[in-house]
Amino acid sequence: MLKLENVTVTYPTGITALDNVNLNIEKGEFVFIVGSSGSGKTTLIKLLLKELNPTEGTVTVCDTDYSKLKRRNIPKIRRKIGVVFQNFRLLKDRNVYENVAFALRVIETPARFIRRQVPSMLTLVGLADKYKSFPRELSGGEQQRVALARALVNNPEILLADEPTGNLDPKNSMEIMTLLEDVNKRGTTVVVVTHNKEIVNLLRKRVVTLRHGKIISDEKKGGYLDEE
Amino acid sequence: MKISTITYSFIQGVKNIRRNLIFSLASVGTMVACLFLFGLFYMVVANFQAAVKNVESNVTVSVFFEEGIVQDQIYQIGEALKAREEVAGVEFISAKQAWETFKAENYDEIDSDILSAAFNGDNPLANSASYEVTLNDVSKQADFVEFAKGINGIRSVKSSEEVASGLISLNSLVGYMSIAIILILLFVAVFLISNTITIGITVRREEIAIMKLIGATDLFVRAPFMVEGVIIGLVGSLLPVIILRYVYVSVIDFLCNKFPITNVLLTFVPEHEIFARLTPICVIVGVGIGLFGSSITTRKHLRV
Repeated sequence: MLKLENVTVTYPTGITALDNVNLNIEKGEFVFIVGSSGSGKTTLIKLLLKELNPTEGTVTVCDTDYSKLKRRNIPKIRRKIGVVFQNFRLLKDRNVYENVAFALRVIETPARFIRRQVPSMLTLVGLADKYKSFPRELSGGEQQRVALARALVNNPEILLADEPTGNLDPKNSMEIMTLLEDVNKRGTTVVVVTHNKEIVNLLRKRVVTLRHGKIISDEKKGGYLDEE
Repeated sequence: MKISTITYSFIQGVKNIRRNLIFSLASVGTMVACLFLFGLFYMVVANFQAAVKNVESNVTVSVFFEEGIVQDQIYQIGEALKAREEVAGVEFISAKQAWETFKAENYDEIDSDILSAAFNGDNPLANSASYEVTLNDVSKQADFVEFAKGINGIRSVKSSEEVASGLISLNSLVGYMSIAIILILLFVAVFLISNTITIGITVRREEIAIMKLIGATDLFVRAPFMVEGVIIGLVGSLLPVIILRYVYVSVIDFLCNKFPITNVLLTFVPEHEIFARLTPICVIVGVGIGLFGSSITTRKHLRV
C-alpha cells in the first residue's frame, strides 16, 4: 500500500531529514510513526502526499510510483489519501459543514452525495449538532474531529494523521484515537505520526521509530522507545 | 468541468470577493483609478485629434493657371487633381470670386467701394482664377504641390508650408505621447492590480494549499480566483466608464454654456463616438488584467 525504498531527503539547507529509509505498510494496517522533533516524521508525511520529492529512492503509494507520476495526475492519488494535518488546518471562515463538504467539493462530487455524506460523517465524529459552528467556536478536540471528518468523508484508502493529538488533552486524545481505530477496522490503512507516548503504549499497534532521519526500530505491537 | 463545479466556482468567486472585501475594493479602486486616467487621456487625445483633423481640412492649396488658358484645359486640370488619392475636394475660384473675397476680407464696405472706383471697376486679379484644393492628409501636401507644379497650364501653386509642417509635427508628437502615456498607464495598472490580487491570494494561500493536498485539480483551485478577477475587472472597468461619461457630458455642457465661444472654436467629439470605443477598450483591459493577474498569482501557489 505504502512503500519507501532507500529514500533520502536532503533539504536545500543541507539538512538530511530522512536517510536511506525503507518502509513497507500493508493494506489495512495501523501504524504509528514516532520520534522526537526533527526526526523526519513530518517529512515522511509530505513524501507520502507528494508534497515533497525524495532526493534519492522511490516512494510508491497505492501501486503508483511517485517518480513516474505526472503533475496532472497528482490530484488522483491524493484523493485516495485522507489527511489530518498538524494544527487542524480548518478553513476559519467556513462552518463545520462547509469544512467537511469542502473535501468533497474539491474532488467535484455531486451535490446530492455531499448533502447525504457530510451529515453522516459528522454523526460518526459526534459533531452532528454543531454543523453550523465556526472553528473559532469549537474546542481543540472538536476542531480535530472536524479535521478527521474532512479527511474521511470521501472514504479514502489511506488515512495519514500528523500529530492528531498534538494540541489535545488526554481525554480528547483518547477519543480521537478511538475514532482512528474504528476507521481502521473498516479497512482503511491508518498511519499516525505522533510523539504521544501514552497513546502509543496503550494501543499496542505497529510502531516505527525514527531518529535523526533513520528508522531505528519497527515493531509489531510495539511501544514508545524512550530517548537515550 | 462539471456544471455543478462551474456554479460552485462562480459562487465561491463571489463569496471570495465578499470575504476579502478590503482587498477586492482595493483591486477595484486601483483599476478604477488607472482606467479613469486612461479614459481621461483617451478623451483628451480623441478631441485633440478631431481638432487637428478639423484644422487640416481647412488647409488648402491654391493652384493658379497660366494666362490665356482655355476652359477645357481648366476642366482637365481639375479632373487630374481630383484623381489624386490625397485630394479631399477641389473647388474652382473664378477671378471675380477671388477679387470679391479679397475685398471682403481686407476692406469694409466703404473702403471696398473706393477700391473698386480706384480700379475703374476693373478686376486687378483678372488672371487669378484658381482651384482651391483641400487635402485629406496634410502630410502629403509637399507631394501634391510637386505634382501640381508639373501639370501643363499651371502658373503657380500656393501652399502654407508652415501650417502643414506644424500640423504634421504636432500630430506625430501627440501620437507618440499618446502611445507612451497609454503604455505607462497600462503597465502601472497591470503592476498595481496584480500586486493587489497577489496580496489577496497570499492571504488565502493556506486555503489553496489545503485544496491541493486533498486532491483538487489546478483548474478547480484557479476557477474561483478567475471568476473573482473577471468580476473585479468588470466592475473596475465599467465604473470609470460611467464616471467618465458623466464628466465628459458635464464638462462640455459647462464649457458651451459658460463660454459660448468654445462652441465656435472647438468641435467636441460626440459622447457616443468616444464611448463606443472607450467602453469595449476599458472592459477588455479590465477583464484581461483581472484574469491575467489572478491566473499569474494563483500559479505561484499551485506548486503544492
